Amino acid sequence: MTMVFGVPVQALLGQLLVGLINGSFYALLSLGLAIIFGLLRIINFAHGAQYMLGAFVAYLLLAYAGIGYWGALILAPLIVGLAGAAIERLALSRLYDLDPLYGLLFTFGLALAIEGSFRYVYGSAGQPYAVPQALTGARNLGFMVLPNYRGWVVVASLAVCIATWLAIEKTKFGAYLRAATENPTLVRAFGVNVPLLLTFTYGLGAALAGLAGVMAAPIYQVSPLMGSNIIIVVFAVVVVGGMGSILGAVVTGYMLGLCEGLTKVFYPEASNIVIFVIMAIVLLIRPAGLFGRTA
Amino acid sequence: MTEAPLAQPPSDFRHEPSSRGTQPIVQSLLKVRGLNAWYGESHALHGVDLDIAAGETVTLLGRNGVGKTTTLRAIMGILPKRTGSVRLNGREMIGTPLHKVAAAGLGFVPEERGIFASLTVEENLTLPPVVAKGGFTVEELYALFPNLKERRRSAGTQLSGGEQQMLAIARVLRTGVTLLLLDEPTEGLAPVIVDRIGEIILEMKRRGMTVLLVEQNFRFASRVADRFYVMDHGQIVDGFAAAELPGRMDRLKEALGV
Repeated sequence: MTMVFGVPVQALLGQLLVGLINGSFYALLSLGLAIIFGLLRIINFAHGAQYMLGAFVAYLLLAYAGIGYWGALILAPLIVGLAGAAIERLALSRLYDLDPLYGLLFTFGLALAIEGSFRYVYGSAGQPYAVPQALTGARNLGFMVLPNYRGWVVVASLAVCIATWLAIEKTKFGAYLRAATENPTLVRAFGVNVPLLLTFTYGLGAALAGLAGVMAAPIYQVSPLMGSNIIIVVFAVVVVGGMGSILGAVVTGYMLGLCEGLTKVFYPEASNIVIFVIMAIVLLIRPAGLFGRTA
Repeated sequence: MTEAPLAQPPSDFRHEPSSRGTQPIVQSLLKVRGLNAWYGESHALHGVDLDIAAGETVTLLGRNGVGKTTTLRAIMGILPKRTGSVRLNGREMIGTPLHKVAAAGLGFVPEERGIFASLTVEENLTLPPVVAKGGFTVEELYALFPNLKERRRSAGTQLSGGEQQMLAIARVLRTGVTLLLLDEPTEGLAPVIVDRIGEIILEMKRRGMTVLLVEQNFRFASRVADRFYVMDHGQIVDGFAAAELPGRMDRLKEALGV
């Protein structure tokens, strides 16, 4: 068996792939978080709950409406996004003039309330969600056997990240978003309805979290706590990438997923903390994050 | 928006000796009455009255800190804490949400220029939505500002200070607004660029645009303005036509501390 640094190549590649899959979720979630923070200057603690909601909406759509994975992939982000937009309009938009701490506290409380309600109804145990028919099975890549569904998650999340990045960098909507991130008052004075843009952006960030939740459902099961498990790591990703940096969030998401995978091979005991160690080091050397602009 | 078309001010009004600038015009495009504004708790404007007729270029003069920039920001509504009346074409702007002010015909070029670093020159130029017909097209603007065309793919803030000022003005010219609020466009720029900005303002006048200008550069202001207002302590204290300028130079220099 071929060895690299005393580790079988198979194990190495296998863990890298697991890292890539985790990284796909980190990237999707930190992308939404970065977009929201960039424009609204709110640290969205409800992001994990919105991810969980995406998974639960998929589960409920199947259980009560007979709508399967592919339908849920469209509908769940839409539903979570609309709920997000409603929350922004009704509550968050009233907090913009206050200390940013209020937005953080509000979203944190919201996350606790949503997660608590789902735990009350569904308990802490996960609900199973089947892999869609078309993506069952696995293929042999030579060095390892890759379940088709996990391959799909990597490809789909990469496609969504690239599409979102292009929408922000290359379209008129993206130009409004970038400009409003820099100077919302001036963009508003030019006649752009910035309050509406804020609502839409929060909805978009929530929808991305919901989409990640649907994609996660067949892998991690549907559980009320799935969001709070992953969101702490995602916050670390956003901090390492640089608060508000879209590209930073995506690249760092994949990168830290891979780092986590590598650590599982070489020093498994540290795999749970490696991301936070990296965060601490980055904060010491580059407080604005790897891709952040120092103000 | 259903106001009757504006009557032009009498063509010889500039030569009239009416010196109080508060009521020289019968009908105005912009009519400001008793405008008060606050920065937080600090009361910055104490009842500003001014009128601007369609097609005029009017300059606000005054020492630093007397409220010139604040007046522009309060008219635009960027300063939300304000009372009094700001009527554009007879339509009250106080109480109008900021994002609807541009559609009413007001354009704003801030003192700090407000060029977006994360947008290219061209994205900066085409960012403000067009609100009315009659604005400059992108081609016309590129003809007027060849530098901007050359550097249209660069990030907005990679331009020189002069180019950023041109971009800030060009950006608003595209939108077709009727009244432009221009805050210290020549600040910190080389004389050759200042001349260029003067030409652009004259070109805007030829196209019938109305301009309210805040300017410290006296020579520049006297070249482009039809009329002047002098501010002190958050109020308009004097107003006169350009033709009266030479006779007032000494008193003005004293009042402005130049």
